[in-house]
Amino acid sequence: MMELFDIFASAGLWAAVLRIATPLIFGTLGALLCERVGVLNLGIEGIMTFGAMIGWLTVYQGGDLWLGLLAAAFFGAMFGLLHAVLTVPFGLSQHVAGLGITLFASSLSYYVFRLAVPVASSPPTIEPFRPLQIPFLSDLPFLGTALFNQTAPTYLAIAVALALSYVLFRTPLGLAMRMTGENPHGAEAQGVNPVAVRFGAIIAGSALMGVGGAFLTLSAFNSFFPTMMQGRGWVCIALVVFASWNPGRALLGALLFALFDAYQLRLQTVIGKTVPYQLFLMIPYILSIAALAVMARRARVPQALMQPYRRGER
Amino acid sequence: MTASPVLDLRNITKRFGDTLANDDVSVSLAKGEVLALLGENGAGKTTLMSILFGHYTPDAGTVHVEGRELPPGKPRAAIRAGVGMVHQHFSLATNLTVLENVMTGTESLLRLRSDTRAARARLDDVSQRFGLVVDPDARVGDLSVGEQQRVEILKALYNDARILILDEPTAVLTNIEAEKLFRILRDMARQGLSLIFISHKLHEVLAAADRIVVLRGGKAVAERRAADTSKEELAELMVGRRVERPRREAATPGETVLEARNVSLSGSKGLSHVNFALRAGETLGIIGVSGNGQTALAHLASGLVRHEEGDLILFGNPVGKASVRAFIEAGVGRIPEDRNAEGAVGDMTIWENAILERIWSPTFSRHGLIDRAAARRFAAEIIKAFDVRGGAPDKRIRLLSGGNMQKLILGRNLHEQTKLLVAAQPTRGLDEGAIASVHTRILDARKKGAGVLLISEDLDEVIQLADRIQAIVKGRLSPPVAADQADARMLGLMMAGDWDKAGHVAGRGTHEI
Repeated sequence: MMELFDIFASAGLWAAVLRIATPLIFGTLGALLCERVGVLNLGIEGIMTFGAMIGWLTVYQGGDLWLGLLAAAFFGAMFGLLHAVLTVPFGLSQHVAGLGITLFASSLSYYVFRLAVPVASSPPTIEPFRPLQIPFLSDLPFLGTALFNQTAPTYLAIAVALALSYVLFRTPLGLAMRMTGENPHGAEAQGVNPVAVRFGAIIAGSALMGVGGAFLTLSAFNSFFPTMMQGRGWVCIALVVFASWNPGRALLGALLFALFDAYQLRLQTVIGKTVPYQLFLMIPYILSIAALAVMARRARVPQALMQPYRRGER
Repeated sequence: MTASPVLDLRNITKRFGDTLANDDVSVSLAKGEVLALLGENGAGKTTLMSILFGHYTPDAGTVHVEGRELPPGKPRAAIRAGVGMVHQHFSLATNLTVLENVMTGTESLLRLRSDTRAARARLDDVSQRFGLVVDPDARVGDLSVGEQQRVEILKALYNDARILILDEPTAVLTNIEAEKLFRILRDMARQGLSLIFISHKLHEVLAAADRIVVLRGGKAVAERRAADTSKEELAELMVGRRVERPRREAATPGETVLEARNVSLSGSKGLSHVNFALRAGETLGIIGVSGNGQTALAHLASGLVRHEEGDLILFGNPVGKASVRAFIEAGVGRIPEDRNAEGAVGDMTIWENAILERIWSPTFSRHGLIDRAAARRFAAEIIKAFDVRGGAPDKRIRLLSGGNMQKLILGRNLHEQTKLLVAAQPTRGLDEGAIASVHTRILDARKKGAGVLLISEDLDEVIQLADRIQAIVKGRLSPPVAADQADARMLGLMMAGDWDKAGHVAGRGTHEI
């Protein structure tokens, strides 16, 4: 039985937590940004898939790893632009538009992938990001391996979470965004242009989703396959609620989910012989639902979430 | 007008489809003046103010502020010119704090950090100067409606508004809050601000304004100084014909239809040890500042909730469990307090709304299927009998004005012989014409032998309609007084909870039931 707890003492577990959490952090922050201005973006699963593909393809074609991330951000932003056009000026159902984008972006990624890479028995690979050596910190016993042996995008994810938190709660721009998500008519009455704010936030949020997807192919793994997203985008949507639309808590939520996931992976090797491994695969999701049920009861949903804004109408 | 006006609306015309919302309207405002824009619902008041504030672009006409013409359709330009608007439906974000609401849009979006310290100091300063005290860190959703309105006003003043426009500011306030608001507005005018407020309430434009412009059918039909006019004249100008509220005739009470003996209901807005008896053919008025248990009382009398202590006797039988359906079938008609939330389903048609309460009745459904023809016929009858203007059975009910929606709700309740009518705030938000017709219907029901439980904040209404009056304060009911012996002062004392004193004033006013 002690083995169940020994897992926590291994530095490898904590390193895995940060690694697993990174795409979730990017995705959750992206979704959070969209929702803070009042637009649900269910295109996330597809946008992350496309980001994973295009990031990988850029590097496979000889591009730099950072160029791959940039490409993922750019195409994420383009899908965001599409979502913004559909939901803001057209005022279409945000659910339907988002799911449509997910279906479109997922199939498009597979199509582009197949155009670029003919069918092969094993997917071609690239040289992914290497862990960043931080002088002194990376050499610390235990902590060095556990926390400071990550690739650059992981640190970037944490930095983005802190930056987004600052922007939302400390700057006039952030206040304008929050006001737009709560009451776009009120925002307009105070001279803020809710349409522009919504476009900007959806585009930026979708770019983050693209980067989150690209982390999988450029850092966590080294190849692309169409089913690799495995519902991570949907997990991010749930994490936004769990985080009560707060970037700092989104970071914690993503880390918590990653901990469940990393733990169950190791649990499989410890007691996986007696219990079917599929049971362990369910653990993070069951725990997430439990956590969500507890946290979401107190959540303060942006009041204008999913409400199209039309000038002059209330 | 002697000095040059701070605000000048010249020849404004605005058309929405076929309707002319504003027809060549000109209004001007002097510094330090309080102007009331009086008119019925749909007279074009809000449209005019929305044009002034840049929410709409006029088809013709100009807006001048302090001599300079405002570009049309630009709220930002209006704000910069010193115009502030307090909307009827507040434009606040309930999840944000007071300070955040006020600060939105006041700083450049490119600033890297909000200067909350300076903003807080400024907000403090403004709220002290005008006596509008609100905790800047409170979440707006946690504030009362009156406080939220204060935030809305502060928002405008924070932006250096010198001209303040208030759209139906008292529509959501209790009487006491409204009085407080008007004191503050008068004080602002003394400090040099110029104000326009929109209203359809005669007594408040007379009490609070210097000058009154009456709008009717999109036109400015008259202008009067408050000192030189009367309620009667204004009512006639506003409606375009003489309106008289119906008068109550002597009651001929029959048997008791609803009696409460020591009834209690827990909860912060519940009831404690309430006693009343309502007889057929009479009206019992319950007055009080809203939030003192009226909702619980109305729900109790219409079968939505069950009392926890005491006895409630409906038509001679003690009420066992709460059942709206049993109440309706026994002959209870209900006018709910909030017609949009509890009275009607906005996006459903008029015929659907008309039969919603009696959907199980064999008249309207058979074998689980709705008899649409019968339902449409019923709706058409109500529309005709109750003069629901603009109504057609297949029209969505939200397209009706408040007054006409209320007439439909009354109609579906009074169409069949109602033995008890529970009318909660029946004329809230209605204009003069609609009030008069709702009052007529309520008096009719009473004449036909219904007992009417009238729950209202409007003293005039209660004095006009009720035979006996009880006050509700913190869930407790005063003993009844006869309406003939009640006056505003006595009722005021009763509403404040001093009913012993009030009874004293009334002398023989309290009589046993």
